[in-house]
Amino acid sequence: MEPISIEGTAKTPTVKFNSENGVIEIKGRSIPENSVEFYKPLVDWLEEYKKNPLPKTLVNIQLEYFNTSSSKCILDVFKKLEAIQKGKNEVEINWYYEEDDEDMLEAGEDYESIIRVPFKMIEITE
Amino acid sequence: MTFNIQDYYEKLNSGDVLLAYKGSITSDLINNVLDAVESKLHEFNEHSKVRKKVYNVLVESLQNLYHHIDDLPQKYSDQFDTRFGILVVSKETEYYKISTGNFIRSEKTGDLREKIDKINTLSNSELKDMYKFILNHQKLSDKGGGGLGLVDIARKTGNKLNYNFENFNNDFQFFVLEVIISDTNKSS
Repeated sequence: MEPISIEGTAKTPTVKFNSENGVIEIKGRSIPENSVEFYKPLVDWLEEYKKNPLPKTLVNIQLEYFNTSSSKCILDVFKKLEAIQKGKNEVEINWYYEEDDEDMLEAGEDYESIIRVPFKMIEITE
Repeated sequence: MTFNIQDYYEKLNSGDVLLAYKGSITSDLINNVLDAVESKLHEFNEHSKVRKKVYNVLVESLQNLYHHIDDLPQKYSDQFDTRFGILVVSKETEYYKISTGNFIRSEKTGDLREKIDKINTLSNSELKDMYKFILNHQKLSDKGGGGLGLVDIARKTGNKLNYNFENFNNDFQFFVLEVIISDTNKSS
């Protein structure tokens, strides 16, 4: 599978999906007006990856901001990851949030409670 | 009597205003506003908690406008730009205030009123449940809106949403929304 590598912009995150090492990363800001356009290729990629995943997939999500339009697309990403885990392949999800950013921590907890894959919450200190 | 948008805008645009805008709400405009407000917040050395809340609420407010503005009929085009909306961000001693205004078709006001009134009765944990329910069960609209914006604003600010529908004509109302983001460091 071709890896995905997208540079971040003021409104969209940096994305690195790699099926060779099983590392999935989304970092930065995700605040586009219409997030479906941005996330559709990512969700499609995961759908393909799900057919033949590595025994262990490592997921790093480090968002500074995301809007409610993105929140649904991010859930779609997590649902694909949940499906990989259900297929008996390990998925480790690291949810990074900046020091004191309780809203971002809570957002991670929201996702964790919906998809039933444990998250590791990691506070980034300056 | 018809609601006077210019007067309302002038009234909002007094006091300690960070940014005031009236005109077309486009994607580029949103970028510019976010940049401008973000640098002001840095200039004020605002605590990251408050800075992030203001930024988040501003994103949702602007994108709510972007997704939900109803355009007036052609005959008003010399008075109002298409996708017309207003935005004022102001700073008081203990809070930031984000005010927005946009035209909405009269028949849609009932649903919106009901939605906001409902949100305003909910506790923070009820808002969390509502947010998660919508997140998990509702599809994104074609426009990319998720019906989560107002819930998210109420949840992040912990404050009630102040709103009003001002009569413009038989078919259109002008919807104004005021959101308060408390400066938790100063009030606690």
